[in-house]
Amino acid sequence: MTELLIKNGFVFDPLNKVNGEKMDIAVKNGKIVEKVNEHKAKIIDAAGLTVMPGGVDIHTHIAGGEVNTGRMVRPEDHVKDAVRKTALTRSGTGYSIPSTFVTGYRYSQMGYTTVMNPSMAPLEAKHTHEELNDIPLLDKATYPLIGDWWFVLEYLRKGDLEECARHVAWMLQTTKGYAIKIVNPGGLESWGFGRNVHSIDDQVPNFCITPREIMVGLAKVNKMLNLPHTIHLHTNNLGLPGNYTTTLDTMKALESVPSDGKPNMHITHLQFSSFGGDGWGNMRSAAEEISKYINTHSHVTADMGQVIFTDTTTMTADGPFEYTLYQLSGHKWVNSDVETETSGGIIPFHYKKNNAVNATQWSIALELALLIEDPWKIYMTTDHPNGGPFFAYPKIIAWLTSRKARMATLKKCHKKAQKKSLLPSIKRELSLYELAIVTRAGQAKALGLTNKGHLGVGADADIAIYDVNPETTDIARKYKAVRKAFGNAAYTIKDGRVVVKDGEVVQNVDGRTIWLDVQTAEPCRIDEQMKNKFREYWSVDYANYPVYDHYVKVKDPITIQASV
Amino acid sequence: MVEQKLKVTLLTGRTIEQGVGKEKGKSSKEYFDACSMCYMDAGDMAKLGIKNNTNVLVTTANGSVVLKAVKYPRAATPGLIYIPYGPWANAVCSHATTSIGMPSFKGTPAEVEPAPTKKVLTIEELLKTEFGR
Amino acid sequence: MSIVQSVTCPICGCLCDDIELTIENNEVVKVKNGCAICEAKFLGYRGHHRIKTPLIRKDGKLVPVSMDEAVHAAAEVLANANYPILYGWSSTSSEAQRIGVELTEEVGGVMDNTAVVCHGPSILGVQEVGIPTCTLGQIRHRADLIIYWGCDPWSAHPRHLERYTSFAEGRFEKSEWKAYMQKLKAQAGKKKVQSATRSGLIKTQPPRASSCTLPGAPPSALSKRGRKLIVIDVRKSMSAEMADFFIQVEPNKDYELMQAIRVLIKDGELDVDKVAGVPVEYLKEVADALVNCEFGVIFFGMGLTQTAGKFRNIEVAISLVRDLNMRTKFLIMPMRGHFNVTGANVVSAWQSGYPYGVDFSLGYPRYNPGETTCMDVLIKDEHDATLVIAADPGANFPKKAVQNMVKHPLIVIDPHMNATAMLGDIVFPAAFVGIEVEGTAYRMDHVPLPLKKVVEPPEGIYSDEEILRRILEEVRIIKKQKAQQKVEAT
Repeated sequence: MTELLIKNGFVFDPLNKVNGEKMDIAVKNGKIVEKVNEHKAKIIDAAGLTVMPGGVDIHTHIAGGEVNTGRMVRPEDHVKDAVRKTALTRSGTGYSIPSTFVTGYRYSQMGYTTVMNPSMAPLEAKHTHEELNDIPLLDKATYPLIGDWWFVLEYLRKGDLEECARHVAWMLQTTKGYAIKIVNPGGLESWGFGRNVHSIDDQVPNFCITPREIMVGLAKVNKMLNLPHTIHLHTNNLGLPGNYTTTLDTMKALESVPSDGKPNMHITHLQFSSFGGDGWGNMRSAAEEISKYINTHSHVTADMGQVIFTDTTTMTADGPFEYTLYQLSGHKWVNSDVETETSGGIIPFHYKKNNAVNATQWSIALELALLIEDPWKIYMTTDHPNGGPFFAYPKIIAWLTSRKARMATLKKCHKKAQKKSLLPSIKRELSLYELAIVTRAGQAKALGLTNKGHLGVGADADIAIYDVNPETTDIARKYKAVRKAFGNAAYTIKDGRVVVKDGEVVQNVDGRTIWLDVQTAEPCRIDEQMKNKFREYWSVDYANYPVYDHYVKVKDPITIQASV
Repeated sequence: MVEQKLKVTLLTGRTIEQGVGKEKGKSSKEYFDACSMCYMDAGDMAKLGIKNNTNVLVTTANGSVVLKAVKYPRAATPGLIYIPYGPWANAVCSHATTSIGMPSFKGTPAEVEPAPTKKVLTIEELLKTEFGR
Repeated sequence: MSIVQSVTCPICGCLCDDIELTIENNEVVKVKNGCAICEAKFLGYRGHHRIKTPLIRKDGKLVPVSMDEAVHAAAEVLANANYPILYGWSSTSSEAQRIGVELTEEVGGVMDNTAVVCHGPSILGVQEVGIPTCTLGQIRHRADLIIYWGCDPWSAHPRHLERYTSFAEGRFEKSEWKAYMQKLKAQAGKKKVQSATRSGLIKTQPPRASSCTLPGAPPSALSKRGRKLIVIDVRKSMSAEMADFFIQVEPNKDYELMQAIRVLIKDGELDVDKVAGVPVEYLKEVADALVNCEFGVIFFGMGLTQTAGKFRNIEVAISLVRDLNMRTKFLIMPMRGHFNVTGANVVSAWQSGYPYGVDFSLGYPRYNPGETTCMDVLIKDEHDATLVIAADPGANFPKKAVQNMVKHPLIVIDPHMNATAMLGDIVFPAAFVGIEVEGTAYRMDHVPLPLKKVVEPPEGIYSDEEILRRILEEVRIIKKQKAQQKVEAT
């Protein structure tokens, strides 16, 4: 394989504490190495450019049943964004739910190399993996939804954490998943009969368990299994005014799980869980309360869930929440409950600047990202496509790094939202170093992906180079140039191969699919009893449930030794 | 009083025999038996003065086809005839997609007349007649 | 002799995956758990209707040729075509469908699947108002009210009732099988029950006992305990015989009936005695049953998509379900026909954004049902070549469409000598997906299931995937040569 030498770039590699130093990065066999033979290696002259590890997205809905149903129900979303076939690339469509190939191209064009698909119904896992195979240029992983899985509810109810852990390990292996995803715990099972839970101490009908017990139980299981990521949590009451108290209760509840100063929970799309007020009329930002808690505690990480002012598609396993959105909007509504496991829903949604609630949501996410002092605790996402499509990231980068940029947008927002926004009082502007944390290093660290998000020797040679000269460009003032640069990477390098140059795909390679092969001391027993239970619980046979190896095109399992 | 012709509404659709027949093969006897027939209401058959299993000629704006008329066994369905999906049904049902891609397989106006002396074509004969192959 | 368990049945959208096959000398000799159609396929697929070698029409007759010759001829046709149709896709694996999209994109054609003549209108309805739905197990566990509207599962999806709805055992709702048998017993006497039990519900003529309540009889069946089954159809189908309540709607009037029910569930009044031939007093009973259930579901079929109104019927059916969710939990699901028609929509959507009727002729996917759908292209005779795979439009399309199809070169890929193959110009024999080659299929509720290979295909017979891949490669070679010739010429 070719050797590569990236010369004289300004390198931002926060995991290795490199802050804009001018240095060379050497690549051999798809990995970062100490040095290469300068005469043999292909040289990339990065003088005057910013070099970062490839972007990492901890939460983006890009594949699987829910995403694809979103594609199917929204032709009006695609017709405005058709993508031509080229000699190198496949055709497809956007906009808010791009087709698989287009998803890969567009991420890569922004310098991203690793993305996490956060919502997979285990029963439909094969579908997710089939789609991931058709997303080129990126490494990928996917999280199975197991917070309302009957096995989990029953074992936790019995207090049998070990057996629960063994089954969760089995589920991660079986679905080729990466992390424990919990969505509105207890609420999804309740939604099976059209109900919901409204606090973390509500009883889940028919199962005699509370959301608190589910979250705490699975956080303990997560620890017993030594999983690289924490539980990945979408809180109860998401998207409802006043829900910040539920979010605070949730974070407090998880204090009971020992974490040695490390995170034990990740709250995803935190914006949607940080609403104040007690109705839509007086809905306000609770970013202050939430960030205050996170600033003083070490067990929580989060991602933003930034809202973009555009027509997008909301999709989540939180079926009852999508029903609420349906009642509010009357728009086309998809509900998709999955037996024994989870639910789901889709509503197209147009976030508007002149809507006080939407504008406040836009403000909340930025407030959170700026008020949470430690960038290692909060990461940049839109919860694609829920807050907006991922290719709006350059806009968010501008808002985070430039007060001028965000004030320009705020000025166009609904008066009520402007008045209530905390943004005018926030002076903070992220540096390129901090930006590298919230867009790659922090996400890789939270995910426990040791070969990602940094440029140290041995790391995967996933590299992004942007046309920003930190010596000559004041990014806080030149935000339009920054936006352009981060939308069109000068180079994206995947596993040591240049795949994007000047914002265009120049080489097509397959990324890997990463999953956890969790080894428990005593494996989950697959006996007749389990198979019978399978027949009772699901409508498919046990033998037809797992995602067999041939469903993954490029395999990259990580073996984990559990302490159970 | 026996009538010469009867105006009916034509439905097409599945039967389990058609399902079995299509899996056996399109030129199988099972498929022929299952698809080259039409279900009729007993009262309607009486009106035309025909017995069970008599051949009839079904005509619509799109063409005609000879089929074996079979008494619908379960309930009265006056004014309806039902032809299982297949090339015989497609010889007469409407191709109008009303601009949404879907032909009108059900609810087409049709006429039925007795044709005891006419032969029901085999699939090969039917394709030959209609498409010259 | 070997026994293979948990085989997925490659026939209808139920994708029953509990089939047990006995294999002897590379042949299926016994089928357990399957319905009549399942048995017919697994035991009969090897029959003499099988195509044995590639064929090309010469002097009006199909004659055997080599695989290479057929691949080259097919690739020539597609590479030179201006607006080819690539149609079918519903009885093959999603792996083959993936290559299908790539091939269609490469030749700039129209890719359409059989949804266009079954649930295409359902997709259009869903694109208007969405769809509140679920997986089938959810219904098995929870539904206490099951409605089949314009569909006849007994005939088209024979094990649907037994595996997923009324006669399935769930966590919160129990099977009605015993109660149904008791009812039969009471009505029809011991002998018929014995015969029904002995042979299984679905493999023989069902008991003739009139077990349902027709309009005209008291609708007390709807106040019974346990799961209730309502069938709404224009004729008394086999499934209607099993229902607790059967509503016979006049042809082409489902739309009216649904709108009437929408009025009733919102406590509105109707100023007529009958709607679509159904007395309003019975509709009121039905409306009560709808709002009073814990978890209801409507399954619908061609009785809605192929009759007057077409996609508007689906839109209003879904709207009814949306309305019902204000009162209780209510979901809806199309009864998908071919075993992987859902997969054809799914794969087409993830690769192109659109579920069917996708036109690649401009270099990017376009979708405009009524224009880019196969039937319309055929009727208007806009195409100049057709490839048909894993479907039989020769038997299942209206006459005029087929007449236009055979005007231009017709390539057919199928295991059987079906009507389309008889009409074809270039015919490829294919291995049976789910018997001779493995793959993936999507159940009617979008649950993906693996299809097994249980026996070897006959020698020289390739999978759909392989045939398509070879055609695609050959098309690329031909296009490259053409491009070179062009350069040399200038």
